[in-house]
Amino acid sequence: MRSRGLFSRVALVLGLIFLYVPIISMIVFSFNNSRLVTVWDAPNSPTLKWYLALVHNEQILGAAWLSIRIALIAATGAVILGTLAGMALARFGNFRGRTLLAGMTTAPIVMPEVITGLSLLLMFVALAQLIGWPKGVGAVTITMAHITFCMAYVTVVVQSRLVGFDESLEEAAMDLGARPLKVFFRITLPLILPALASGWLLAFTLSWDDLVITQFVAGPGSSTLPMVIFSKVRFGVTPDVNALATIMVLVVATGIAISTVWMRHREKRRARDLQLAAAANL
Amino acid sequence: MRFSQAGGRRLVAAVPTVWLLLLFLIPFLIVFRISFSEVRLAIPPYTPLITWHHGSPALEVHWSAYKFLFTDSLYVSSYLYSLKVAAVSMLCCLLIGYPMAYAIARSAPASRSVLLMLIVLPFWTSFLLRVYAWIGLLQNNGVINNVLLSLHVIEHPLALLQTDFAVYIGIVYSYLPFMILPLYANLEKHDPALLEAAADLGARPLTAFLRITLPQSLPGILAGSLLVFIPAVGEYVIPTLLGRTDQLMIGRVLSDEFFENRDWPVASAVAILILLLLVIPIMLFQRAQRRELEATT
Amino acid sequence: MNTPTATAADPAAYVRFTNLTKKFGDFAAVDNVSLDIRRGEIFCLLGGSGSGKTTLLRMLAGFETPTAGTIEIDGADMSKIPPYERPVNMMFQSYALFPHMNVEKNVAFGLEQEGLSRAEVSRKVGEILEIVKMGGFGARKPHQLSGGQRQRVALARALVKRPKLLLLDEPLAALDKKLREYTQFELINIQQRLGVTFVVVTHDQEEAMTLGTRLGVMNHGRIVQVGSPSDIYESPSNRFVADFIGSVNLFEGQVSQEGSEGVRVSCAELGATVRVDRAVSCTTGATVWTAIRPEKIAISRRQPAATAASGENVVRGTVREIAYMGDLSIYLVQIESGKVMRVTLPNTTRGGERPIARAEKVWLSWHGSSPVVLTE
Repeated sequence: MRSRGLFSRVALVLGLIFLYVPIISMIVFSFNNSRLVTVWDAPNSPTLKWYLALVHNEQILGAAWLSIRIALIAATGAVILGTLAGMALARFGNFRGRTLLAGMTTAPIVMPEVITGLSLLLMFVALAQLIGWPKGVGAVTITMAHITFCMAYVTVVVQSRLVGFDESLEEAAMDLGARPLKVFFRITLPLILPALASGWLLAFTLSWDDLVITQFVAGPGSSTLPMVIFSKVRFGVTPDVNALATIMVLVVATGIAISTVWMRHREKRRARDLQLAAAANL
Repeated sequence: MRFSQAGGRRLVAAVPTVWLLLLFLIPFLIVFRISFSEVRLAIPPYTPLITWHHGSPALEVHWSAYKFLFTDSLYVSSYLYSLKVAAVSMLCCLLIGYPMAYAIARSAPASRSVLLMLIVLPFWTSFLLRVYAWIGLLQNNGVINNVLLSLHVIEHPLALLQTDFAVYIGIVYSYLPFMILPLYANLEKHDPALLEAAADLGARPLTAFLRITLPQSLPGILAGSLLVFIPAVGEYVIPTLLGRTDQLMIGRVLSDEFFENRDWPVASAVAILILLLLVIPIMLFQRAQRRELEATT
Repeated sequence: MNTPTATAADPAAYVRFTNLTKKFGDFAAVDNVSLDIRRGEIFCLLGGSGSGKTTLLRMLAGFETPTAGTIEIDGADMSKIPPYERPVNMMFQSYALFPHMNVEKNVAFGLEQEGLSRAEVSRKVGEILEIVKMGGFGARKPHQLSGGQRQRVALARALVKRPKLLLLDEPLAALDKKLREYTQFELINIQQRLGVTFVVVTHDQEEAMTLGTRLGVMNHGRIVQVGSPSDIYESPSNRFVADFIGSVNLFEGQVSQEGSEGVRVSCAELGATVRVDRAVSCTTGATVWTAIRPEKIAISRRQPAATAASGENVVRGTVREIAYMGDLSIYLVQIESGKVMRVTLPNTTRGGERPIARAEKVWLSWHGSSPVVLTE
C-alpha cells in the first residue's frame, strides 16, 4: 500500500510542478529588462518598466475595460438563465421538452469553440437579414454569445447543488403556506447562494477569457482583451503581456486565498456551535 | 391554483429553452443549410436555398463544398490529424491526471481542499496567457533550451516549438484540470473498507487497485476523457500558437476557410463534418452527465 | 395506555379517504384505501417500510397527487388544493428546519404567509415556544440545537398556525430511548391542550400503541385493521396483524367444534386442543389459526389442576432459552411437536422461590379467554 501511495504522491508533486512552472516563469520574466523575454538581462533587472508600459497602453486598457463590461453582463445573464434551467432540470421531474433542455445545456460544455462561434455569427447574419437586427456585430452580439455558452456551465453547477439539496425544506415551506415563488426566494435561493456565486465567477472567467467565439462575433470596433493579446503573441513573446499575466495571477490568487480562508473560518465556527449544542444536550 | 403552478413552471423551463433554441440549436441548422450553398460575391456571400424560375420555386442544393472536402487530401489529413492529436492528448491527460486525482482523494481531508485549490487556480487565470507561457518556455532561446544549453546537456537548441510535441504539451497543460476534477469526484466516493476487505482476503495492492478501484472509477475516466477529447478535436488557439505550420488541425482549417478564404459554405461543411465525427462522443458525455446527476438523488 | 378523551367521542369523520389509490408505474403504493379519521383523535398509521403509510401521509399533505380516489378534510374535497392552501401542517421526519433562519423566524414563517401583524406574529411565536418548552431559544440557529430541541422547534412551527390537522412523520425515530418516552407523553399533553387532530405515521408499534387513540395497520398499500390499541392487540383480525404487533404464538388447526359458548380447535402443531370460551364465526372442519400472546401463558412444574380433566389449553415442553430483561423474563419453550413457544413472565419478586431454569420440563397453560381464532 505504501509504495503505491508513494507513486501517486510523487505524481501529484510532479504534476503540480508541471502546472506551475509556466506561470512562475511568466511572472519571473515580467521583471526582466530585456525585450528578449527569456534571456535574463542581469545588470538591468529586475525592473518594473513593463508594468509602467502596461498602464500607459491605451489599446490594452481599452480592451480590458470592454472585456470587463461584457463579462459582468454576460455572467449575470448566464446566472439568471442557468438558474432557471437548473431549477427546471432538478425540480420539475420529467416535463415535456426536458431532454431537449438537458441536451442543450450539456452540449456547449464540450462543443469545440470554432463550431459555436461560426454558428453564432451565421445566426446573427441570418437574423439581420430577416428582421434587420442586429445591425452589425459588436459588443451586444459578443455578450449574447457569451451568455449562451456560459449558461451551460452555470446550469451544471446549479443543478448539482439543487440535486443534493434537502427537498423537505421546500416542502416544509409549502406546507406552511408559502407559494412556490416565495419558497424559491426565501428558502431555496438563500441556501444555494454560494453555488450561484461560484457559478457567476465561473461565467465571468469564461467570458473574460474567451477568444475563439469572440473572434467570430466581434466587429471591427470591438476588441476584447484576449483578442488584443492574441494578435500580439501570435508572433512571439512580448514582455508587457508577461506583466499583464502576473497581475491577473495575483488577482486570482488573492481572491481564492481570501475565499478559502473565509470558508475555513465558517467551518470552524459551525463545528464549534455543534459541539456546544451536543454538550448542552437536552 | 394548481393551474398557476403548472403555468409558472412552464415559463421557468421555457425561457432558457427558447434562448438556447435561438442561439444554440437553430444556428446549427443555419450552418447546415449554408454548407449546401456555393460561395459567391454578394451579401450574404453564399447562394440562396430557394430560387425562383418563372414564378415557381426550385431548391438549389450544392454538394460542391462536401465534394471539395472529401477529395482534397489536405482536409482529410487534417481531420485525421486532429483526431490523432486529441486522442493522444486525452491519453496523456489520463496517465498524468489519474495518479494526481488518486493522491488527492487519498490525502488527509484537511489538505484536500488546499490541493484542489492548487489544481484549480491555474484554470481561473487566463487560458490564453498560460498557452502563451509555453512559448516562452519552448522557443529556441526559451527557458528550457537555455537551461539545457547551460548544463551542456545539448549543443544546439532543440526545436521544441511548432511541433506535435508542443501541441500535446499545450493541450495536456490546459485540459488537465478537466481530467482531474471528474476523476477526483469519483474516487473520493470510494469506500476505503473495500480495499481493506480485499487485503484481508489476500489481494496484493496492485491487484486490489486493478480489480476494485479501477473498475469503480470508470465513470470518472469516461467523463474526464470526453471533457478533454471532444473540445481538443476542434482546438484552435493551441495549435496556432504552439503547433506545426505544415499540418493544421481542423479548428484552424475552419477558421482559415471563414476568415482568410471567406468561403462560408466550405467553412460550414467543415463544421458539419466535425459535428458528425463528434456526435457519438457528445451523446456519450450527455448520458454520463445525466447518470451522474441522477445517481445523487 | 392512552384513554380517549371527551373530544374524540365525536363520531363525525373529519378526514375521509375514499378509495384512495396511488400508483408509481405499475406499483400501487397505496391500494384502494378508505378510512375515516375523527376530530380530536391521535390516529396512528402503523406499518413496515413499503407498506404505503408515508405515501398516504404525503397525499394528505398535498405532496403527492392520488391516482384515484378522494381526500376530504372537514367536508372539503382536497383534490385541486395545493399544499400551501391546505389546513394541514406537517412535522417532517428530518425536521426540515430552515438552516439560514433562527428559531423565531422558523416558527414565524408560517404565520407570515397569513399576513398577520408583526406584533401578533411575535406573540403567537412566544406562546407556542413556551408550550413546547423552548421559550428563550428564539435567537438560536438550528445547528446550535440538539436533536430533541430541533424536534420541539419543528413541532412548534407546525402547530403555531393551529392547523385542523397535524401530520407527524416518524416523530420519535431519531430520539434515544429515554427522550422518546418523555416526548411521547409531551406530545399527548400538547395534543389534548390544543385539541388538534394528529395523524402519526410510524413503524414502531410501541410508539403507535402509546400515542394513538386509534391505530390503522397497513400492509402492501392496504389498511388491514383499524381500531383502538387494545382492540388491535387483543383482537387482531388476521395473522399479519397478530404477528406484526407484539409477539404471538400462532398455531394452525382444524375447528373440531363450534357453538355459541365456545369453539374447539385441534392443532397438530400444538399437539393439543385449544378451547376458546366465546363464540367465533367459523365453520366446523375449517382450517384456522389460533393466536396466544406470550404474557397470557402460565408456566408451572406440575400440571395445573384446571386442565387435568379436559387436557385442553395445556401442553408440555422443555425450557430451551431464557432472556432476562430486568422487568420480565422471556422463556422459549420447546413443546413435543418440536415448535418453540414464547412465554413472558414478569419478575414480580426479588430473589423469590427457585425460578424456572434451562432444560426444565414444564407445563404451559392458558385461560379459555386468551386465544384468538383467526380465519385468515
